[in-house]
Amino acid sequence: MIYLDNAATTRAMPAVAEKMTYMLCEQFGNPASISVMGLAVEKEIRHAAQILARGIHCNEEEVFFTSGGTEGDNWAIFGTATGYRRQGRHFITTKIEHPAVKNPMKALEEDGCEVTWLSVDAKGHISLEELAAAIRPDTVLVSIILVNNETGVVQDVAAIGKLIKEKNPHTLFHVDAVQAFGKYPIHVEKMKLDLLTMSGHKIHGPKGVGMLYMRKGTKVKPFILGGGQQKGQRAGTENGAAVAALGVAAEEAFNHLQESIAHVASLKKALAEGILAMPNTQINGDGLEGASPYVLNVTFQGLRSEVLLHDLESKGIFVSAGSACDSKKKVGSPVLTAMGMPFSEIEGAIRFSFCRYNTMEEIEACLAALEKSVPFLRKYNR
Amino acid sequence: MAEKVLIIKYGEIAMRGNNRYIFINRLISAIRRNIDPLGKYYVVRDPGRLIVEDRGGELDYDLLLPHVEPIFGLVAVCPGIRLADMTLETIIEEAYQHMMELYGDQEVSFKVKTRRANQGFTMPSMEVNSTVGEYLLEHMPNLRVDVHNPDVVLNIEIRNSVYIHSKIIKTYGGLPYGSSGKGVSLLSGGIDSPVATWLMAKRGVEVEGVYFHSPPYTSEWAKEKVIDLAKRIADFTGEFRLYVVPFTELQLYLLDNVAHDKLTIHLKRAMMRAGEMIAKKDEAMALITGDSVGQVASQTMEGIFAINAVCELPVLRPLAGMDKQEIVDLAQKIGTFEISARPYEDCCTVFVAKHPVTKPRLNYIEKTERRLTELDRLLEESVQNAEIIDL
Repeated sequence: MIYLDNAATTRAMPAVAEKMTYMLCEQFGNPASISVMGLAVEKEIRHAAQILARGIHCNEEEVFFTSGGTEGDNWAIFGTATGYRRQGRHFITTKIEHPAVKNPMKALEEDGCEVTWLSVDAKGHISLEELAAAIRPDTVLVSIILVNNETGVVQDVAAIGKLIKEKNPHTLFHVDAVQAFGKYPIHVEKMKLDLLTMSGHKIHGPKGVGMLYMRKGTKVKPFILGGGQQKGQRAGTENGAAVAALGVAAEEAFNHLQESIAHVASLKKALAEGILAMPNTQINGDGLEGASPYVLNVTFQGLRSEVLLHDLESKGIFVSAGSACDSKKKVGSPVLTAMGMPFSEIEGAIRFSFCRYNTMEEIEACLAALEKSVPFLRKYNR
Repeated sequence: MAEKVLIIKYGEIAMRGNNRYIFINRLISAIRRNIDPLGKYYVVRDPGRLIVEDRGGELDYDLLLPHVEPIFGLVAVCPGIRLADMTLETIIEEAYQHMMELYGDQEVSFKVKTRRANQGFTMPSMEVNSTVGEYLLEHMPNLRVDVHNPDVVLNIEIRNSVYIHSKIIKTYGGLPYGSSGKGVSLLSGGIDSPVATWLMAKRGVEVEGVYFHSPPYTSEWAKEKVIDLAKRIADFTGEFRLYVVPFTELQLYLLDNVAHDKLTIHLKRAMMRAGEMIAKKDEAMALITGDSVGQVASQTMEGIFAINAVCELPVLRPLAGMDKQEIVDLAQKIGTFEISARPYEDCCTVFVAKHPVTKPRLNYIEKTERRLTELDRLLEESVQNAEIIDL
């Protein structure tokens, strides 16, 4: 199997699985218990929090564990809306957000809040001028995806953070860093982040666990109420096994951050060059440089990505498709649509996404499969 | 102590002479298939009835009924009790308990209806009716008798045991699966073909489904959807065999060699032939399709004519005269609609022309097909390589 769909999810590292088994079978105590068993789990959780905090240069007190990226995004948005209601009801986000941000924002709109949806250029970047013009005294939150999940396009978060705080120091800044955490250097101070969402299963950790970084002093309201766990901010017995395993995955990711980036960049470059050497192909987004090395979005003109996906899957190669499954409805990816791509180009869009365990041999095998499949499938495209 | 049981009536088949026991055994195995996963049960015969009893504890009507009701060939399912012995005293006592339990707090009219299949019980039905009825009237002031239009009919069935029930849940009827020979149904994953399959299965036809799989143009999810449809149909029939026929190569061959607007007609003719090859192999005697006259281009009378001309077997089209909404309503009722509504493409739509021919001419179609020298081989290979899934 050649797995090039790592932006969807990743295979857990063996050390992660071992840690989970150990926690589930040995250290299974409830961290809320005052017994020594509870303390052992609490220590594991604190250890994981320290690793995560070190990785993004925040304080471990600012780390809150969630059930994953969707909860983190929801919490950041709804928690800000309720916690800062008196400051204002204006929100800013982009047209290329993951549904976990887009749909909470839509819910706020239905609830009477005002949301400004920033557009992106053909390369997938927002405009700082448009952002500057959108920020108002009553703007409570700007939420922007750091690395886009479909195109890999990276927003200039440091510049964005600076701009936001200049225009309105009271406006909170949230990034959805699900595709960036452990794959792109993050510094919450330099980027002026108040909130950051990550998910465990994108970095070879377990599913069902993630983190929301919340800068000390923010008054974001708790989203899940109950027994007062995590300083009353996020109730529910901590998922000790998943959190500890997340720590293992994050530590590994941060220890190898730069070498992993260099490795996947070379894979992406080889795959992109090989694909561009084939006729009627294009890279979507901001070329090779302006996007995360972990994601490559390309269009094979004149075929439907879903068919190519199934063809590759029959050869043991797993990727993602950019088009919806029912091509008759002509609904393409909202992200690519926001970048102004015509449906004919979206229809043939494929996302390859890498991890540090992928090899150059896999890329070569994938290219060989593409060179065989693409001309054949094009011949029979209706 | 009386025991909770399901009393199952089967109708039409009781009249069918020597084959009767075969059909009853089929019914029993269909019931077993549906309820065995739920617990430990006996399905026993008492002439004219099937009785489901719980081997473990008290039978849970609400748990079992949804799994027994769908089965074709049953006429009604009655949640009731089986009495510990066959004395009149017990009958009276249990009838009273039953009525108290279900209707003790309501003002209802009732009558007693006794069926005495076991002549070893000597008291005639009419006398049982009046004896039990009088006792109930005496002891339950909320009851009154209405022999013409009662709210409650208290049924007393005197067979090898005595059964009491007062609720008759009518089922789909039909004939037990397999009692009317075998047919092969072309199953696409759409709304219509599962309904057509269901209707013929209801008439006792043992149906085998054929699904044409065209990877990479159709996905594994589309195949899974058809398997789920087949499973749903098996809830009614007790079993179902599905052939998954790989069709990509043949489809691409047609795409290369026939006029695009006539592709669907050629494709459907090829499907009919593949279906007949499977039918021949499995000794089936008919094809079944979900055609509804005039619904799409290939279902005009000309289209049906041009497609049908390739078939030797009779083609049953139980939806021919139904409107789309009627088909949808039925699909919803039998629980296939939700599965069909999943959004995966089937192979018929993958290469479909924007404006397919609505009045194909048979001689033209046949002339084209005579040129298709590879078609026979591709059909043979497709059918040979079919995957068989027994559900």
